[in-house]
Amino acid sequence: MNSNLSSSLNNEMPFLKKVISLNWGLILLIVLIACVGFTALYSAAGGNLKPWALQQMIRFGVGFVGMIFVALVDIRYWYKLAYPCYALGIILLIIVEAVGHIGMGAQRWIDLGFMKLQPSELMKIALIMALARYFHAVTYDDMRRIPTLIPPLLMVLVPAVMVFLQPDLGTTLMLVMAGLAIFFLAGAPLWMFLSGIAACVAALPIAWHFMQDYQKGRVMTFLNPESDPLGSGYHITQSKIALGSGGIEGKGFMNGSQSRLNFLPEKQTDFIFTLWAEEWGLMGGVVLLVLFACVFLYGALISLRCRHSFGRLVAMGMIINFALYVFINISMVMGLIPVVGAPLPLISYGGTSMLAALIGFGLVMCCSVYRDVKLPHMSS
Amino acid sequence: MQKDNAKYTVFTRRAFFLGLLQTSMLGVLGGRLAWLQIVEGQKYQTLAENNRINTKMLAPKRGMVFDRYGTPLATNDQNFRVLVTPEQTDNLEKALSSLQRLIDLSQNDIRKVLQLAQKSASFESLEVKDNLSWQDVAKIEVNLPDLPGLSIDTGALRTYPYGVATAHLVGYVGAVSKSDLTGDPVLKLPGFKIGKTALERAYDQRLRGRAGTAQVEVNVVGREVRELSRQPASMGDHLTLTIDADLQIFIQKRLEQVKSASAIVMDVHTGAVYGMCSSPAFDANVFTRGLSAEKWEEMLANPGYPLNNKAIGGQYPPGSTFKMVTALAALEEGVVNRNTRFFCPGHYDYGDDRFHCWKRAGHGSVDLVQALSESCDIYFYELATKLGIDRLAAYAQKLGYGQKYGFELIEERPGLMPTKAWKMGHMGSRWKPGETIVSAIGQGYIQSTPLQLAVMTARLVNGGFAVKPWLVSHVGAHAKQAKDMIWPKLNFQKGFIDLIQRGMSEAVNDRKGTAFDARIKNLEIAMGGKTGTAQVRRITMEQRREGILNENMPWKWRHHALFVGYAPLASPRYACAVVVEHGGSGSSTAAPIARDILMKTQERDPSQKNIVIADGLAETDNAVTPPHKPNI
Repeated sequence: MNSNLSSSLNNEMPFLKKVISLNWGLILLIVLIACVGFTALYSAAGGNLKPWALQQMIRFGVGFVGMIFVALVDIRYWYKLAYPCYALGIILLIIVEAVGHIGMGAQRWIDLGFMKLQPSELMKIALIMALARYFHAVTYDDMRRIPTLIPPLLMVLVPAVMVFLQPDLGTTLMLVMAGLAIFFLAGAPLWMFLSGIAACVAALPIAWHFMQDYQKGRVMTFLNPESDPLGSGYHITQSKIALGSGGIEGKGFMNGSQSRLNFLPEKQTDFIFTLWAEEWGLMGGVVLLVLFACVFLYGALISLRCRHSFGRLVAMGMIINFALYVFINISMVMGLIPVVGAPLPLISYGGTSMLAALIGFGLVMCCSVYRDVKLPHMSS
Repeated sequence: MQKDNAKYTVFTRRAFFLGLLQTSMLGVLGGRLAWLQIVEGQKYQTLAENNRINTKMLAPKRGMVFDRYGTPLATNDQNFRVLVTPEQTDNLEKALSSLQRLIDLSQNDIRKVLQLAQKSASFESLEVKDNLSWQDVAKIEVNLPDLPGLSIDTGALRTYPYGVATAHLVGYVGAVSKSDLTGDPVLKLPGFKIGKTALERAYDQRLRGRAGTAQVEVNVVGREVRELSRQPASMGDHLTLTIDADLQIFIQKRLEQVKSASAIVMDVHTGAVYGMCSSPAFDANVFTRGLSAEKWEEMLANPGYPLNNKAIGGQYPPGSTFKMVTALAALEEGVVNRNTRFFCPGHYDYGDDRFHCWKRAGHGSVDLVQALSESCDIYFYELATKLGIDRLAAYAQKLGYGQKYGFELIEERPGLMPTKAWKMGHMGSRWKPGETIVSAIGQGYIQSTPLQLAVMTARLVNGGFAVKPWLVSHVGAHAKQAKDMIWPKLNFQKGFIDLIQRGMSEAVNDRKGTAFDARIKNLEIAMGGKTGTAQVRRITMEQRREGILNENMPWKWRHHALFVGYAPLASPRYACAVVVEHGGSGSSTAAPIARDILMKTQERDPSQKNIVIADGLAETDNAVTPPHKPNI
């Protein structure tokens, strides 16, 4: 019904107008969250830019430029590139299986020299794009037909199985959940999800059987972390001590005894939220949660304002992917779920997760900048 | 288009649902955070503090021991040790071998350090060697720039300036053994020492002091990050003894002239002990510096029992020194008076048994004073037969036999004064009259310590007061004994104890007295006393017939030689007891030693000098004193 307007925008927009139409509010939120990360990393190093904070700033700077670039590239290119990106992701996963080097008992990254690339992180973005492209072309009625749903299901399962074999249970689950979210949003019938949940519950004992020892251990210590405070429950116990001892006002910047004296493990990566909330207390923790909430809301609004299905699905998919990370990481450090080894995006020290998060936001903004463009319509 | 709309509607509805899900998740996270930080915050704060803070014990300095004039008898010397901190060395083994080029270090020492290093964190300092000599310290200090990770540390080493002379008196300290653990956490400090014997043990609680604490912040591997607060340790109390160190050393040297002996000299009025020695002794410093197994074996094998304080723990038949007890009992009980005479033919028949006098030819007719001075056995056989053992024992106990005085040292032993009831209780048989007869001359079951003999003498010559011995004058500033302490009166008739004193005086100063050869010729400081010769082994009839000489018997079968004495004669002040184990006879061996001790004691006259209270001398201990510099 807005075909006139969309066709007029279909032509090249002036570059400056594109820049102005970027979501500067979202960018501000992202910068604020990243600054929380810099502050925490500076404190984690005992009041030092090295070895983490400075490196993280550089990565953020590079990623930021990449984000803006991704946002400004015409969404139709991304639409066309969705399947090639997915293929590239699969290839990278094969490479990591072949040449990836052993870290933490699992093959997860490719060493590019300047950074360690974790293909599974990029795979998630590619999967969301590929699924969005597929569902973009599917009609409401076709969604009710099983054969329509088989190809996208395979698109989820292939990378999921590969990541699971790495083995990286946490990323596998997130991949599957992000994929399912797209299915859900695209309008897949509800009975599928209900039966899927039932099947998962039934499959739990089998999954347990296939889990690695350390994964079983993590589940066991999650169920009773105090049983072995110096063994594998140590992470959760020390993290809860750090959080709880922070109180309402926190111990103050660079005064977190748990992190400064190294009682808190992995304080610069997975447990960085703990460090933040130990030093800045409940107030700092809530401020960060509110910042995340604003990001989710912003992303949802962008998605809903988008005039094409591809953009809606990509924007919402990226935001849900981001939210999943946030929920899983923070739930983990607070002892709500087992330790799975998921970083807190934009804050945890780590190249790939920073890059992936910023590319994701680039695509979200791209959906906003090009919300009115005309994409090839669905086949039927 | 309509279908597209339907798709959009489904999308918005489901997006809204996911939005709700996200909101509730955020709510859960916020709630969880608030729960941890507000509701459980206090609990986790405590846990975080427990993580962070370690309380470290600070060892207190041990109180020192001084003699009555402030001469130190036990001090804390600086003990120089060389430590190595593995993380500061480039290579631990290399560092140790370069140290080996400087000081004497065995392969075994190195192996021990390497083993220890495997078990401890790399930032912990390990002791490589302690008790370094001054030269070693100097050598290491000079080369320290080339020895990364090595450092010199000073600790306290208990040192006894007169290690041999005071070994049995002051005792020594040693490492805490399992049985010493009382729950006092200070005992678990590495290298902590506690008193093992004598005064070091008896006053350990007071000498030990109070441990201090330091609160240190530690990181996850236990490395100290900084000190948060410190409550310094307080040094233990000093002990001021009644002992005269010079006299003590003199006695020890004098005793070393015989194979095995002990002696004690005390004040007859106050009970203060001025000197107490047991020989052979050992150097207490050997125990604090590490004792070799051979040396230990050697001490255990020595027939003179160098580890035992025989002055208070050795129990001997008192022999003829007991005759004063028999005499006093008989006088008090009216069995005899000053003029009673008995005839001594050299032996005494009771029933079918014959008891001999030491003088085979007999003393002829003797009165009480003569009997004491010439030590006629027959006279006392007569008295004892009339008295009976229980009356005799009552007086012996009044004079200090068969009991502990609650003397400060745990090595004190009670001796034994038999009674009829005792024999029935312990041996299950009736007391025989013959046993009373041998008891009269301090033989048979009677056992006494040199300390008891000295106390008996003191009580006889101080006017009949139940004086008790004591060693420690002050603990810190606090006096152990009131200055004008009056001992309970024993209620002996003055005439009787005067008579006994006359007997003791004549025993030494009368030409016919048994100890005439050992008399002090200067009449102003002349002594009185009584010799004793205690049988170790019953003399058989054959030996008596054959006249086997004591000197020809093996050492361990020879008689013990005893002497109790006091001085000066006119107004007795000092009492002395000497026991020479297997010394032959009291007159020939023990009496000369007692004479020398009493002469030296009167020369120094400690009873006329004020005690220097050692409290407040703590500062002197803090000065850094290097180990004894060798004379180059």
